[in-house]
Amino acid sequence: MKRWEAYTLPLLATIALLLLWHWSVIWTHTQVFPKPADVQRGVFELFRKGLLLGYTRDSLYRVGVGYGAAVLLGIPLGLVLGWNPIAAQTTNPVIQILRPISPLAWIPVSVLWFGVTDAAAIFLIFLASLFPIVLATMDGVHGAPGMFVDAGRNFGLSTPALLARVVFPAALPRIIIGLRIALGVAWLVVVAAEMIAVDSGLGYLIIDSRNAGKRYHLVVAGMLLIGVIGLCLDTGIRQLEKFKFLRWGFYHE
Amino acid sequence: MAGMVQTTVRSKLSLTGLNMTFGHGNEVVDVLENIDLEVREGEFICLLGPSGCGKSTLLNIVGGFLKPSSGEVVIDGEPVRGPDPRRIFVFQERGVFPWLTVEGNIGFGLFRLSRQEKARRIAHYVELVGLQGFERAYPHELSGGMKQRVEVARALAVNPDMLFLDEPFGALDSITRLEMRRELLRIWRAERKTILFVTHDIEESVQLADRVVVMSTRPARIRNIMEINIPHPRDISSRRYLDLRDSIFEQIGLAHKI
Repeated sequence: MKRWEAYTLPLLATIALLLLWHWSVIWTHTQVFPKPADVQRGVFELFRKGLLLGYTRDSLYRVGVGYGAAVLLGIPLGLVLGWNPIAAQTTNPVIQILRPISPLAWIPVSVLWFGVTDAAAIFLIFLASLFPIVLATMDGVHGAPGMFVDAGRNFGLSTPALLARVVFPAALPRIIIGLRIALGVAWLVVVAAEMIAVDSGLGYLIIDSRNAGKRYHLVVAGMLLIGVIGLCLDTGIRQLEKFKFLRWGFYHE
Repeated sequence: MAGMVQTTVRSKLSLTGLNMTFGHGNEVVDVLENIDLEVREGEFICLLGPSGCGKSTLLNIVGGFLKPSSGEVVIDGEPVRGPDPRRIFVFQERGVFPWLTVEGNIGFGLFRLSRQEKARRIAHYVELVGLQGFERAYPHELSGGMKQRVEVARALAVNPDMLFLDEPFGALDSITRLEMRRELLRIWRAERKTILFVTHDIEESVQLADRVVVMSTRPARIRNIMEINIPHPRDISSRRYLDLRDSIFEQIGLAHKI
């Protein structure tokens, strides 16, 4: 692809899609589904009322706390389980059973435990992000070249030092892939959690706009905001790959 | 006469009756058979044998990474029980830590030293292996030969008394390989370590070693130990060099004609 094509082609595709959307609404004479211009109006309306920033902040806060806790717990847990076969075997049945349960299935339990509070949503996000992080970390530990571990032991490192100075950095590229997957999942789950467990945030915006008089231009505005913010989060976390001490794991010169 | 030399120079390493088998049940592979070897302090020993003969296994046993099936490894009068920072294993250049800079790699084993002492040591070994100006570079920014220098410097920085090198220059191009041999000999003369060097390259072993331990195909036995009594720097077109080289070629059963 030439340089100008890299920008113009996606732009043209987006414009084409917006036009298609616009004319589809007109041709089908729908009274409910909004035109792109209505959605734009919706975004401005939300911004004026202060809901856009407020709800975005609430959603990001929940993701930040739930995901952050999953990172802080998941990486050490994954290191230990990846390193110690006995610990891994012991916990394996529990992990394998819990892992396929959709985080959404936890919503009733979460509301039961925490009520309709921030904590309920945060707990769901924590659960949803924890598994990808733990599993990616374990995988990274298993993939760490034995040569690095041998070299570390050769220099007289204790096991904790070996984990911190050799195993963790060797596993870090895979851990970061896990962090990226987990952040995507967390952002998916926050919307679902907010539809049920709390009364603010972008998920709440969507369900509330629908329930309070089928204001679909706000529903679609909320959806688009979620998409844009999700993209920003993913772009943000991908910047980690560019650190010089991580490049070896992502780019093979 | 040989006995006199051995009494005046302390025995550093002794292997007695070393055997190694892998696998169990019906699928047992004998890798090492009855290895006996004495290495003197400060000696440069090459373990020479065909690929896959078990010489790397032998080095891993001496390094403490593998337990032999039977037999004894004694260093400085003590049986080897595991890896030890007094004896550092140098892998091919793939052993450098890709997440650390040249400085970080060389200083890796110096965690017990003060900040200043560590910085001083790093600077010294950066200079010894000729990597000035690359202190902050990451391994992926270096050539294969430079990475190998980093690994040698990382090993030397902890001031070990033995170095185990497992085909360290195998992945390098032939020009860099020659350079690295000269460098290693210079460093060996400066630092006087006892070196065990595994190679399958006959020329390399005759260029480097005080003694070449010629090994057989698997299961590896010691076929012969050749004394290479040519002073350094060695003239690799001298009669003596060529004779020794050719006699190893013959022992291994290779005619030196292509």
